[in-house]
Amino acid sequence: MTLLAVERIKLFSTRSPYWCSALALVLGVGLTAIIAASTDNGQLSLGATQFGSSQLALSVVLVMAALAVTTEYRFSTIRATFLAVPNRTSALVAKTVVVAFIAAVLGEIIAFGSVGIAKVLSPASDLAITTGDEWRHVAGVGLLYGIGAVIAIAVGILVRQTAGAVAILLVWNMLLEGLIGIIPKVGVKIQAWLPFMNANHFLQLGGDNPAEQAGAGVDFKLSQWGSLGYFAAIAVALLVVALIVAKRRDA
Amino acid sequence: MIEAVRLQKHYGKTKAVDDLSFSVRPGRVTGFLGPNGAGKSTTMRMILGLDTPTGGDVRIDGKHYAELKQPLTKVGALLDAKWVHPNRSARSHLKWLAVSNKIPVSRVKEVLEVVGLTEVAHKNAGGFSLGMSQRLGIAGALLGDPEVLLFDEPVNGLDPEGILWIRQFMHRLANEGRTVFVSSHLLSEMAQTAQDLIVIGKGQLIAQTSTEQFIADATQDTVRVRSPHAAKLREILAAHATVTDDSVSGSLVVHGIPAQQIGELAAENQIVLHELSPQRGSLEEAFMQLTKESVEYQAH
Repeated sequence: MTLLAVERIKLFSTRSPYWCSALALVLGVGLTAIIAASTDNGQLSLGATQFGSSQLALSVVLVMAALAVTTEYRFSTIRATFLAVPNRTSALVAKTVVVAFIAAVLGEIIAFGSVGIAKVLSPASDLAITTGDEWRHVAGVGLLYGIGAVIAIAVGILVRQTAGAVAILLVWNMLLEGLIGIIPKVGVKIQAWLPFMNANHFLQLGGDNPAEQAGAGVDFKLSQWGSLGYFAAIAVALLVVALIVAKRRDA
Repeated sequence: MIEAVRLQKHYGKTKAVDDLSFSVRPGRVTGFLGPNGAGKSTTMRMILGLDTPTGGDVRIDGKHYAELKQPLTKVGALLDAKWVHPNRSARSHLKWLAVSNKIPVSRVKEVLEVVGLTEVAHKNAGGFSLGMSQRLGIAGALLGDPEVLLFDEPVNGLDPEGILWIRQFMHRLANEGRTVFVSSHLLSEMAQTAQDLIVIGKGQLIAQTSTEQFIADATQDTVRVRSPHAAKLREILAAHATVTDDSVSGSLVVHGIPAQQIGELAAENQIVLHELSPQRGSLEEAFMQLTKESVEYQAH
């Protein structure tokens, strides 16, 4: 608990998490607002409200999580941390827990905020969250952010540099996994096992309009919750590797 | 007590620290002296568990740093004053440190007062001058009221006022009975602060001794003598020591016998002396002599 408090103080005593959170909120909810405003009243589906949260804002949250650790390396406060808490694994796990929790909460705020603004701008549309699938589609965004933050922190610990970590995360999440689908035949098969593809698969509404669904056309072998578990397992595996490296490396 | 046994740190083929054994006695100020690149910082990082030794071992009161519970209450360290997030206030920086080692947060205010940063406690550390950063670093080291303190080149880059402050502060810490281990590449600085010296060069131990002994050993005894009967005195002294003329002041420079003996010899022979002054060799010269072999990059 002590270490969680320490990481909370550290995170909230600098400005970048506030800016990143605000930016994620504006981008996520903002994109939904634009979509809602440009769609005929009554025609907006629940699936269209989460483009911003699951794509655009997710990237900002990944950057925020990576920054939480790369700035520690950038300013050598990681050394001050390891002096205060020589057990590096527990110090870094505490950081991961705090950042992942904040990312998850932020995800819920952005997801439900997006639904909220869509309701305001498109009151005639049916945006009620009633079925389990609909709940998963909206509330699942928080889980996605939390697990995504773990991946971002692991990458941050391994790379130690802000620019490198951010580049890796953005290219990986926004470009690489999508571009692999271009490879003939095997591309979509590989995609079925890529972490962010599975994350999006988890969010799929499975509704009447497949074109709206992220990761459409990929032949996923896992169930939607299975995909989330797979995404989480990859995040944990990456974190374990990062923790082992951090423990062995000179600080 | 800090004890290093055959400590080694190799980076590829470079031996930053090479088979270094020493001990830092409790309740004293021990200077850790060596030219730049001698391995002082690397050694300090190994003491604090930041770097893993390639070989050997270093312990604080018999324990590795990583085994200490609430290490800040046992060991305070200032290795680099810039290890602070520039957008975090001095108070927040100390607060997280305090919380991490279960030190009451009220202590933050106390140490800020001790180092004189109360006025700027809410300001971001990024805007601090080097002197202020150094003070913040010391505040962090003192936070847990530790009995052992490590400082790496604490006066580097400071203005005279800052240097004086640090120097007085070290004395104060030592007077409080704490163990202080402080590194420097300046012997003159250490001569004023440290009681014991550990001198290293190229990662190897050159000397471990008291400062007094080190200076006495390192500087040759030289006595300047002025007399109206210089020629006669010269003859007498030449039988006991090496005598050279200082043509500028017209005095004699005597090596090899103490001033006391010169005075007695002069009295026996009824020679009037106008000056009899022991000369301390320059400390820096002596230090450079000792470490000449081990300076890594030398200008020719």
